[in-house]
Amino acid sequence: MKTSARFEVSGGDTVLLLGTTKGAFLGRARVGGGWDLDGPHFPGEEVYAMAYDDRAGRSRLWAAPGSPFWGTTLRFSDDFGGSWSGKDERPVRFPEDSGLSLKRIWQIRPGSEAEPDVIHLGVEPACLFESRDAGDSWRPVEGLLNHPHRERWQPGAGGLCLHTIVGDGEPGGRMMIAISAAGAYRSDDGGATWVARNHGVRAEFLPDKHPEFGQCVHKIAHHPVNPGRLFLQNHWGLYRSEDWGDTWVDIANGVPSDFGFAMAMHPGDPDTVYIVPIESDGFRCTPDAKLRVYRTRDGGASWHPLTEGLPQENAYETVLRDALATLAPGQVFFGTRSGKVYASRDDGDSWELVRDGLPPVVCVKACVA
Amino acid sequence: MRIVLPEALRELAGERAVVEVAGGRDEVGGVLGALRAAHPGLYDRLMTEQGALRPHVNIFVDGENIRFTGGLETGVEAASEILVLPAISGG
Repeated sequence: MKTSARFEVSGGDTVLLLGTTKGAFLGRARVGGGWDLDGPHFPGEEVYAMAYDDRAGRSRLWAAPGSPFWGTTLRFSDDFGGSWSGKDERPVRFPEDSGLSLKRIWQIRPGSEAEPDVIHLGVEPACLFESRDAGDSWRPVEGLLNHPHRERWQPGAGGLCLHTIVGDGEPGGRMMIAISAAGAYRSDDGGATWVARNHGVRAEFLPDKHPEFGQCVHKIAHHPVNPGRLFLQNHWGLYRSEDWGDTWVDIANGVPSDFGFAMAMHPGDPDTVYIVPIESDGFRCTPDAKLRVYRTRDGGASWHPLTEGLPQENAYETVLRDALATLAPGQVFFGTRSGKVYASRDDGDSWELVRDGLPPVVCVKACVA
Repeated sequence: MRIVLPEALRELAGERAVVEVAGGRDEVGGVLGALRAAHPGLYDRLMTEQGALRPHVNIFVDGENIRFTGGLETGVEAASEILVLPAISGG
């Protein structure tokens, strides 16, 4: 197995976490421009979820390597991939009496600074797992595990996955999760109980276009300074809520398609959101064969294409739900199913190709070491 | 009793291609139970948390796939060879 040279990460380095269907890669921004790449870690295994936890003095990478043969696990590294925690450990398990078996980990979300030892996982089959000891132990969140809707949840094309977790950051506070294709659910009590919050969101693929639940939400984003204002990229449909998901309004104003997967907030501006429209669910490629990121700076009242440095012909690309990320002050990153990774250092106004030829990219996260 | 591992799992068995499980257990399920005690990480690669064989893992006893010979209740003898192989898969 040929792997790229390991690199040392110093404090202040910008680091990219790239999950692909054949392993994980790390990128490090070079001083003066360009990127070093390190990997693959977990060669041959799919890595749909990665995260960086810098709370409470940590410098910990998380990754969820998995195999369709041997199952999925969760591993961490405290030295930026120099070594990873136990290959033979399976810390995330459904209880035997649930009848469920872990298929894939889709999301790793460290909690807020107010809860420095809390981490949540979104997994398939759809459930939320929680650790309250910084990842030493995990348990499923009972209120979702035993939710009365569970027996009627149907999987999307990617599986019955809980892929999005957002919250107000308050201990015992409000959270919202999204499941394909069950929709958005909100808890107002730290996860004890959950209520579907999909009013106004279409389900194009169902006879009833506005059911209580069953929508195929692809991503939800919000900003910590205004957590109750949510943006939602649906399987057909682009929405905003100003009331923590009680109601949703259509904001597909000027996009070439309101189908898409990825969505990310600008880290410094609660009015600025990025998406990558996809032509349709039948043709999951960028519209007009142009690779365009769309940005709103006014909370969805208008959207504008960002194209400088991105191919504008013969670009049949797809950017999946977790393959778009932002990092303060104005950095934006995304990866494609064709193995390209792009970066912008100016809010998306212009882009550079970080790397081509990677395996299909399914997860992009960014952090400052 | 010999359990022959595919290359992908040998790291979990000290880089060995074969692990020996002691005793005269008479069914595959019993052999895997003994494997679990000795190599829990290896067992978890073969079985789900519900105790089912992972769908893309095949176990052969003396050349026969246990999916067609009784599953985990397939009989084994002391001299049996148990072969673990991943199923053929694209991608």
